[in-house]
Amino acid sequence: MSVALPPADMSRALTRISHEILERNGGSNNLVLLGIPTRGAHLALRIATIIEGIESKSVPVGALDITLHRDDLRLRPPRALMPTKIPTAGIEGKDVVLVDDVFFSGRTIRAALDALGEIGRPRTVQLAVLIDRGHRELPIRADFVGKNLPTSRDQSVKVHLSEIDGVDEVLVGRAGEL
Amino acid sequence: MKHLLSINDLSESEAIGILNTAVELARVSDAPMKKLPTLRGRTIVNLFAEDSTRTRISFEAAAKRLSADVINFSAKGSSVSKGESLKDTAQTLQAMGADAVIIRHQASGAAHRLASSQWMSGTVINAGDGTHEHPSQALLDAYTLRKHLMHGAQNLKGLHVAVVGDILHSRVARSNILLLSKLGAAVTVIAPPTLLPFGIESWPADVSYDFDDVIPQVDAIMMLRVQNERMNELYFPNAREYSRYFGLNADRVKRMKTSSIIMHPGPMNRGLEITADVADSARSVIVEQVSNGVSVRMAILYTLLTGEGIESGALA
Repeated sequence: MSVALPPADMSRALTRISHEILERNGGSNNLVLLGIPTRGAHLALRIATIIEGIESKSVPVGALDITLHRDDLRLRPPRALMPTKIPTAGIEGKDVVLVDDVFFSGRTIRAALDALGEIGRPRTVQLAVLIDRGHRELPIRADFVGKNLPTSRDQSVKVHLSEIDGVDEVLVGRAGEL
Repeated sequence: MKHLLSINDLSESEAIGILNTAVELARVSDAPMKKLPTLRGRTIVNLFAEDSTRTRISFEAAAKRLSADVINFSAKGSSVSKGESLKDTAQTLQAMGADAVIIRHQASGAAHRLASSQWMSGTVINAGDGTHEHPSQALLDAYTLRKHLMHGAQNLKGLHVAVVGDILHSRVARSNILLLSKLGAAVTVIAPPTLLPFGIESWPADVSYDFDDVIPQVDAIMMLRVQNERMNELYFPNAREYSRYFGLNADRVKRMKTSSIIMHPGPMNRGLEITADVADSARSVIVEQVSNGVSVRMAILYTLLTGEGIESGALA
């Protein structure tokens, strides 16, 4: 087990992602940030705070639980549902940035796109992830990446955030070790 | 957890898991798009050997909102009325590939028989068996109590609930008493002695014969239907006397705590166990119980029908 991203680097990566989101979208006017629970939702809040600091105005931020749209529900034990919070202004015609911690097979994001489609029709959907560990199973890519982390399939990657785990770090190890 | 036959199948944390899942699923019922793909391609059979309005349509609505295919099967209009046995019916459903059977039956233990036999391999959900249990009703009642009275707490600790009326014939009472006490609430049952089941002293509930004495103490009053269709003896002298001692009327409502609520699983005998003005009053959450029923039944289907073939069914 090793630390792939120490706290200072995580903070720099999130700051860079925030700047890239603003650059790509020409500011924060039409932005909506939606984090995928649990840790993606916290990352979305952090990015929103950083963007507020840069632009001096608040960004709508929410959470999108995708559990009910997963394609592996039959293969795993039932998962607890997490809250979905869509900002009151909605997502219709907005530039939605989905935020997740680890980008792996792409199946979570596929489910998120389905879930979004039931809420409204955004102008664009973009994807920001803290870690891209590769091994995509679907034709999906990320727009903003904190760190590309080459891994093998039998490794596992775990993101810890101070809001939940008391510490900011990204760990890589053999499956079962984390 | 593969089947839901009795409240005893659930641990406290599993019951709370279902209630929490229902909270999230309730948002689906409020959204303009009331459909999720979660159970797409699964077949759910509503096998109702006994009449039902609320339970059948709310299970049907719940299954459809999760995109399952629903087949409705009632005793009337099927071969059951020609004398077909439960076994033959179950084998027919198995041959048609039912993933789950929701069964309502007049015989206590029918759901258990279906689940423990080798007649079919799907999930069995008890939607009321004779005078035994009705677990989905108890879960929706607990959901309603928690939503109105618990201010964000997970369980029902500190709550005092009165269950009033025909306890003897009530599967709703049995499931509710088991679940409410599992979740930490105190329960007092109130009924004429003739309508209390044998062995009530071993249930996790206090017994009282005096409704007026209990009313000011409780946070919720759950009225039960007098089940005339199951009464083949004389249990009380006449309807007027029953109403006077055990019916909920405006005078009794005045003596309730200001925050307390009135519940009834339906269908109501208006004028017998509850007066019409009380049933329609602001204190009554009877109609809301029905809409909560859809969310709770969605949560039950989600919990039982995802992760098949995995032994541990506890919510992560």
